[in-house]
Formats: sequence, structure tokens, C-alpha cells
Amino acid sequence: MKQAKAAAKSATDTKSNPKQNLEVDTTQATVGNRFCENPKMSMRDVNVFYGDKQAIYDVSVDIAKNEVIAMIGPSGCGKSTFLRSLNRMNDTVDGCKVEGEVLLDGHNIYQQNLDVVELRARVGMVFQKPNPFPKSIFENIAYGPKIHGLADSRVDLDEIVEGSLKKAGLWEEVKERLHQPGTGLSGGQQQRLCIARAIAVSPEVILMDEPCSALDPIATARIEELIEELSQNFTIAIVTHSMQQAARVSHRTAYFHLGKLIEVNPTEQVFTMPEHQLTEAYITGRFG
Amino acid sequence: MESSNLFLLMLALGACAFYIGRGRSLAIASPLGGVRHLHSLPNYYGLNALLWCALPSMGLLILWLVLDEPVINSIVMGALPAELVPSTKADFNLLLNKISNLADGIMSADGQPAFMVAAAESMAGLRVISQWVLTAICLILATIGLYWGWRRVAAEYRARQSVERVMENLLLACACLAIFTTVGIVFSVLFESIQFFRSVPFFDFVFGSDWSPQTAIREDQVGSSGSFGAVPLFVGTLLISAVAMFVAVPIGLMSAIYLAEYSSKSVRTYAKPALEVLAGVPTVVYGFFAALTVAPFLRDLGADFGLTISSESALAAGLVMGVMIIPFISSLADDVITAVPQAMRDGSLAMGATHSETVRKVVIPAALPGIVAGIMLAISRAIGETMIVVMAAGLAAKLTANPLESVTTVTVQIVTLLTGDQEFDSPKTLAAFALGLMLFTVTLLLNIFALHIVKKYREQYE
Amino acid sequence: MSNSTDNLQKIKSSLKRRSRSESRFRWYGRVAIIIGLAAVLALFVDIISKGHGAFKATYIQVDIHYDGDRLGVTSSADKSQLMQANWDALVKSGLREKFSDVSGRRDKRQLYKLVSNGTGFDLKEHLVANPLLLGETESQWLLADDDIDTYYKSWLDGEPYDARLTKKQIQWIDQLHQQGDIRLQLNTNLLTRGDSREPEQAGIYGAVMGSLLTLLLTLMLSFPIGVAAAIYLEEFATKNKFTDFIEVNINNLAAVPSIIFGLLGLAVFINFFHVPRSVPIMGGLVLTLMTLPTIIITSRAAIKSVPPSIREAALGMGASRYQVVLHHVLPLALPGMLTGAIIGMAQALGETAPLLMIGMVAFIVDIPQGFTDPATVLPVQIFLWADSPERAFIEKTSAAIMVLLSFLLIMNISAVWLRKRLERRW
Repeated sequence: MKQAKAAAKSATDTKSNPKQNLEVDTTQATVGNRFCENPKMSMRDVNVFYGDKQAIYDVSVDIAKNEVIAMIGPSGCGKSTFLRSLNRMNDTVDGCKVEGEVLLDGHNIYQQNLDVVELRARVGMVFQKPNPFPKSIFENIAYGPKIHGLADSRVDLDEIVEGSLKKAGLWEEVKERLHQPGTGLSGGQQQRLCIARAIAVSPEVILMDEPCSALDPIATARIEELIEELSQNFTIAIVTHSMQQAARVSHRTAYFHLGKLIEVNPTEQVFTMPEHQLTEAYITGRFG
Repeated sequence: MESSNLFLLMLALGACAFYIGRGRSLAIASPLGGVRHLHSLPNYYGLNALLWCALPSMGLLILWLVLDEPVINSIVMGALPAELVPSTKADFNLLLNKISNLADGIMSADGQPAFMVAAAESMAGLRVISQWVLTAICLILATIGLYWGWRRVAAEYRARQSVERVMENLLLACACLAIFTTVGIVFSVLFESIQFFRSVPFFDFVFGSDWSPQTAIREDQVGSSGSFGAVPLFVGTLLISAVAMFVAVPIGLMSAIYLAEYSSKSVRTYAKPALEVLAGVPTVVYGFFAALTVAPFLRDLGADFGLTISSESALAAGLVMGVMIIPFISSLADDVITAVPQAMRDGSLAMGATHSETVRKVVIPAALPGIVAGIMLAISRAIGETMIVVMAAGLAAKLTANPLESVTTVTVQIVTLLTGDQEFDSPKTLAAFALGLMLFTVTLLLNIFALHIVKKYREQYE
Repeated sequence: MSNSTDNLQKIKSSLKRRSRSESRFRWYGRVAIIIGLAAVLALFVDIISKGHGAFKATYIQVDIHYDGDRLGVTSSADKSQLMQANWDALVKSGLREKFSDVSGRRDKRQLYKLVSNGTGFDLKEHLVANPLLLGETESQWLLADDDIDTYYKSWLDGEPYDARLTKKQIQWIDQLHQQGDIRLQLNTNLLTRGDSREPEQAGIYGAVMGSLLTLLLTLMLSFPIGVAAAIYLEEFATKNKFTDFIEVNINNLAAVPSIIFGLLGLAVFINFFHVPRSVPIMGGLVLTLMTLPTIIITSRAAIKSVPPSIREAALGMGASRYQVVLHHVLPLALPGMLTGAIIGMAQALGETAPLLMIGMVAFIVDIPQGFTDPATVLPVQIFLWADSPERAFIEKTSAAIMVLLSFLLIMNISAVWLRKRLERRW
């Protein structure tokens, strides 16, 4: 609370707009249309802690089927942490604790008896920095189907690899060198490889954690196109640093501030008439 | 004067030089208006004088001490009548020893041949002369150096630069010692090996399958008998190393994986140092353990199952050597596994891979070059390991791949051939150097290759 | 996606198998660690169970009559009289009196074998220390022979080992035990004497002194040289082919088998420079070359850990590079360097193989007093004893190992302490 005020205050100081009072009470509930009918995933009162430090405060929001939801906010606002709690990738972080409910098709993924293997096969993830395995392009894509036993034969596997690469728009570029190391590709190609790798196990939801932050504008444009195509088949949650990107690819946008979800609204509305002062301050570039 | 006293005297002179040099710089500085008008601090003028005084004379002292004895010996032996000088090297050395002992007064002159007494007297005389000449030259050199250092003190003299240049060269010399050591090793094993290969053909040594150096000595015929065939030794070495790696690689690797990937922090804090205790235990202790505990235990165990296990079996030595190598492999593997970026693991886990699938299919393949290098270093250590095999493996060279039998190794033979009193030039001792050459070459190649991989691997993730 | 539910089915059906393989893999790891720890435990338990007995020795109480006439000694100050006297006769007559029923030469000879053959010498020393004893009788605890010692200890433990004793001797020991004339006492010989062919008289003091002298020399040579080389490579050397070559050499030397250093010592120091064999100087030189790479590598790591900002600050003040090193880098890196030196010394203390090459395996009874006295070192002593056929030496060897390991433990603990205590975190 105190921190929020201080941060907001410093933002006003530096941007020198004395008329605008940014000292808003952030404890109030999230504004906007948080919920929807038949959600693919729904989060209820999610709190995330790193040791004693709380990173996410009481976030409740739904993600509809086949929608692209963008999560924006200043750095350190917890958007990545929140995203990682959607497929329990936070389990790998020492001392990380998640409270509240995260429902996937109505089932809590933090249930005791749930196997994260199945969960993560259904909720895939693409990371900030492209992280292809030090294996061939083919092996990178085939990794998921192999460990999950999805391919019954070599032909099956070839099909999955080709299909995934095609969906990721990488097939034409790499079909001649499937057996060369994936690390030899350019940054943008590597990231599309990672996306292809994620969709090879046909997940239902894909989480993307700033997938373009390490890429140049041209590569970024390709990934954005790709996201649009993918949204026909997948539900996508994307964390991004760039408001333009959120505006371009997403249907709804969620604005996070210091671990709290401030506003969720259709993207168009967020960028034209934000309901909340903090959102407005952020999208008009007064801090972030 | 005794060399040690001379050394102390020169240190004292050096200290004098320091104070004189420093004093003179201060004396020069005071009319100029203080120390800051000097180019360097007074201490540097002092140090400069000290270096001038001590370095040349110390160098001479060391050189003299090294050359003193050989020169005197050759003068004394050269003065002996030609017919009295023994022809073989062994007898020559024996005579020299006797004369030297006479000269030292260790041996009584009673009953010794007159020519030896005379030679001993001349040797003692030469030694005294040498000592005094050394003293005189050293002192003169030190004094000249002191004077020179004192003379050079001047306000604009760059004493600091001069001192630092000398110091840097001294540091460089220290760093070069590593090169000298390597060169020393190469030359010492190579030189003796070449002598050995003059009597035993290289190919007979490397490909011969009969090793019995003892017989060669007894029959007093060397080389042609072909008893220096080292193949059984190589096979024995490889057999024991293989047993050791069979133990150490899975255990070392799995414990590294468990500690790096699975264990809680508290387990890691205690289990890791506890395993590393194994690395700190001297090899002689392992040898004792292998010879007196493991080998009899295995032999009795074998007897219970109707197996004949030799009490010097390759198995016992190999098992214990494997235990010794566990921490070596586990700490190297731990390093490379933790160096694999977390992003790799995240990528795999996010696909729904289980932890063990991630480790087996992503982390290990990524760390493989480092792990392979670690294993190569471990092999190099296993084949060079001496004490365990000396104490627990056999002496008889047997060409077998059965770990239950007794075999001998390269290092065991080196130790056996070189301990005890033989003449240095006998083929037996020279054979040890030829084995040493083989050992050095193989381990050198393994080490260089492995270190190269490790370096490349580090660069990849840095 | 159409095949999404199909996939899910496949994944679900694989879950059981995969979680089983996951837990199996974890168990492999646990088992590996347990085996490793069990090896540590087995090693230490074995050594301690074998060696703890050596800190006690068996003593037999006998009345000794210091008969001046029999000895031919009139004054305990007369050295030549003391030298010539037959001290063993005192022991023998004492034993005969104790077992007055023993007759016959063979039996008597066996009776005399109850006590160590060095007892006579001990009695002489005792008389010199207590001159008033001349002509008196005193009841004394005499050191038992090693076979008796082995038997008595094993008998006390309930598993008598009597292979080297006769029936009569066993009877006598039984008798002594009932009279309370045989007992275990602290074995002072072990820590105060040099080597001996007789296990009961052998001690490790000579070897400890040899190790100490050798290590002292090693430290005096390798620490300054190693630190100097590290300073040169880290602070002065420009990166070029030559310094790369030095580096390759150092890294490689660190991995060369130690026995090769022994060959180097033999060929260069002994055969070329004629340094005498079996002396601490020789051992020190070889161990210096061997530990140098370790010390250089750790010292370099310590220098590297000093942040460059400190160097820049000092250089910015106009200090020369040499002054920067001397005033700033060295003091900050010293704890790390000392830790490296201790580790190098621990390595040198446990090293055996190269010392075998340079003749430090000789049988040496006297305690070395200087760098040029013939000496052996602790690990070589262990090797020599382990090779001895006498059963009593097993116990001694284990005890010597315990002493060696305690030295190493102390060194390693102090290195850890030093690192924790003095090393700064940047």
C-alpha cells in the first residue's frame, strides 16, 4: 500500500503533471469485465508469495476460450509471476507459494492429486528468451510428443513435427535442415521453434512470457502474426512489455500494478477509454 | 666460509644497501626541499640498491653451489692415473663415493690405498679453496653492487621503474617455473627412455606380451630376451581403471545429479562435503583399506560362492580406486550440471516433462561435453594412481581380462623397478622411465583434450 | 484441435509409468549418495576399529633387581660401564624369579620372549634417571612383546588370536592376568619414538618430524613462488601465446600423476644435481613442484575475486601497478591464497608415490633434526608398516593413519574456517 503510493508519487514527480492525482486506492476491487461465460481458465483470489514477500494480491479473472488476453504493466508488477502460476511453473522456484484457485475447465490445478505433467501438456509456455534445447530442430519439436508418447510411429512423429512447424510458420525456412542444431537459428526463428515445440503436444492454452522482448522488430512482427493465427485454435495469455503489441494482438487486456490486477477490459477500451486512473497514467506513458 | 653463513652475510649486506641507498636519497632530497622532489620514494632507492647488491651475488652463489661438486669431482678424478680409473660407470661412482667419504672424514683413512688418500686430500683441499674463492667473489660482487646502487641515487633517477622492472621479471620467472617443470619432466623421462630403447627395441616394448624384468637381470642378458613387453602392464592398468570407472561413473554422476537437481538445501550442505571427504583421504590409506580389508573380504566372499578370487585381485584395487574417484567425478559433474541454464529446464518442464525426463533428455545432453571431460580426467587419474595398486594389486604380469585375477600395472612396475638399490643405468631402472614416458604421454593427451573441452564448454554458457 | 482429447487420453495413460520412472530415478540418486556415504563410513570405521588398540600397549609387571655386581656397574654415571653391562640379564632373572617353576632352555627362551627385546635398554635409561636404584629391587611394568600384546588384546576382546604363541606362554599370560601382573597402559612409544623392526617399540615420531620438515620446506618454497606466479599471470601478463602456454602447462601439471614428479625428482635432482636421497630437502623440492599448480590456481582465483573497481580506484590515484598489487590486491586476496596453500599442503602431506621414487622409503630409526638428515614421512611410514608381515603392525598402521587423518582434518577445518572468517564477499 505504502509502496504503491510512493511509486505512484514518484511517477507524478518525475512526469510533473501536478493536476493529475495518482494517489488512488489500489485496494479497491479490479474494475472492468473480469468474468465471462464458459471460461477456459478462471482464477479466483490468487495470491503468490516468494518467501515472506507477497508478489500477487487477490487476483480474480477469467480467460475465455480461444481468446488472446494480454497482461501489461510496469516491470516488477507481477505479471510474469502471475502467468507462471497458471501452469505451475512457479513450483520450480524455491520458496514460492500460491494461494487461491486456478481453474482449468472447472478443475483446480493446485489440487493435491493433480499431476503437473498433464497440466503442463495442456497449458504450454513460451519464454522470454528463446530456449531451444541443444538438439536438432527435429528433436526439439519431437521432444514433447516423444516424452508424452503421442506418436505411434515414426511417420506419426514426422507428421507432428511438420504440422507444428507449419503452424509456427517455420516449415519453409527449416525443412531442408531439420537435423541441424536448433541453436543455429536466428533469434526470431528460435522463438518460433519454441512456439512450434509448445504446440507440438497440442495444448489447450499457451502462455507467452514476453515472447518478443529479445527479438528485432521484423521477427516481432512475424511472431505477432503467428499469435493471431494461433488464436483460432488456442487460448493464449501473453505478457508483454509493449503496449502496442498488446493493442495489436489481444482481445482483452489486463493491467497489473504492484501485484494487483487493476483493470480488465476489451483491448480497444483499455487503450481508448481506460476506466482506472492508473491504467490511464500507464498507457499515456506517465510511468512504466 | 659456510654457504649458509655466506648467505646470511649477504642478506645483511643487502639490508645495509637498502639503508645506505635510502639514506642517500633522503640526503639528496633535503636540500631540494623534501622527498617530493625526488622521482621516486626513498624506499625505492633503497630497494634498488638492495637488488643491485644481492641479486648478482646470490645468483652466483646458487650457480656455484650447483657446479661446485661436479667440477671438483672431475678435477680429482682426472688427476688420477689412467690405469686406476675404473672403466664401468658403476665402479667409477663407487670410487668417487669412497674418495668423497674419505675427504669428509666419514671413512677412516686406515688401510685405504695411498692413491685414494691422496685424491681425498686433494679433494678436501679443493673444497676449501672453492669455498673461500666463492666467499671472496660473492663479497666483492655484493660490494660492487652496493656501490653501484648507491652511486645511482639521484633526484631524477627513476628508481621505482627500475625496481618494478626487476620485480616483474622475478614474477615472470616464477610463472615460468611451470614450463621448466614440464620441460624437466619431458626431458627426464625422454632421455632415460631413449637410452632404454637402445637396448630394447621400441616395438618390442610396446607390443611385447611378456614382462619379466627380474629374469632379464638374472640371466644377465637384456633386450634380446624380449622380457620387457609392456602389454600385460597396459592391460592390467586398463582393467583396474575400468573396474574403477565402472564404480565411480554411475555413483559419482548419479549423486551429482541428485545433489544438483533434487536434494533439499540441507541435504546438499551435509552430503556434499561428506562425499568430498573421500577426495581428501590420502591414497596410501585407500591402499591399506584395499589390501587389508576389501581384498580379503572379496576373497572370502568369493570362496563362499565357489569362486576363486585372488587376494590381490584387480577387483579389489579397482573398487577402492573407484571409491576414491567418486568425489572427483561428482564435483566435476556438479559444476557442469549447475552451469546448464535454468531456461533449458524451464523449457522442458513447461512442456510437461517430468523432472527425470528433463534431466535425462535435456540437462545431461547439454552437460555432456563437460561430463565427458570430467570422466577423461578421472581416467587419467585412475591410470596414474599409484599407491592403491602398489599395495593392493599384484606384481606378476599376467595378460588377462578377468578382474578376479591378480594383475600388475604400469605404476606398480615403476615403483617396483625404482625402489631398492640398483645402479641407475641398468635396463631395469631405465625401463621404469620408459613406462613413465608412456604414462606421461597418455595422461598428458587425456588432460589436454579434457581441459580443452571443459574450456570450450565454459565459454558456451558464459 | 481435433486430436487434442485424443492426446490427453494418451498422456493420461502414460502418467503412471512416468511417475514410476521418476521415483525410480530419484532412488538411483539416493542410492548413489548412500553408497558414497557408506564408503566413507566403512573406511573410517574400519581404520578406527583396527587402529584404536594401538594407543594402548600391554605391560607385564616384573620385580627387577638392579644388581650392581651382576651388571658390573659400580656407578650409574660411568658411561662405558653402562654400555657394556648385560641389561637383558636383569630382565631374564626377573622373569625367572616370577616363574620359578619354569625350567629347561626351550621353556626359558619362550619365557624371555614375553617381554620386548628392547626392555633392557629401557631399564638402563631408568637407572640413569634414578641412580639410587642401583643395588635395589623395584617392581616394574615392562613392555610386552608384540605377539603377547596382540594375543592379550584379542583375548580381552573375547576372540583370542594365539597363532604365534605356545601353550605354555598362554598359560603364563593367564597366570599373570590372575595375579594382576599384566595390563594395558597408554602406549607412549607410538608418539614419541622412531621406527623400529619390533612393532611394540615402533613409533611415528620420526615420520611426523620428517613430514613436518618436508612440509615446512615445501611451504617456504611453493607459497612465495606460487603467489608470485599467480600475481604475474593475473596482474601483469598480457594475454598472448606465451602466457597461454604457461597456463596450459599449469593446468596440465595439476593433473599429471604424482609418480611422474617422483621420476622428475629422481632424474633431475638426484642424478643430475646430486641432492642426497631420503632427506627432507629432496622431498620438499619434489612436493614443491607438485603442489605449485594447486597454489597458483587457487591464488589466481583469489586475486580474480578482488573487484576491479578497487584496482581502478588505486590506479586513478596515480599508484603504479606494482603498488596497486602490493597495497590493495594482495591484502584482500591473502585469505584465499592461504586457504589454497593449506589445501596444497594437505595434498603434499598425504602424498606417497613420488617420495618412494626419491628414496624416502628407507628404514630410519633416528628422529630427523634438520633438512639434511635422512628421514621418512608419515604416509611412507604407513606404507612401510602396511607392508610388514608382523600382525601387530596392522594395528600400528591403522593408528598412524588415524594420526595422519587427524592432521589432514585439522588442516582442512582451518582452511574452511579461514575462508569463512576472512574472505570478503563482494
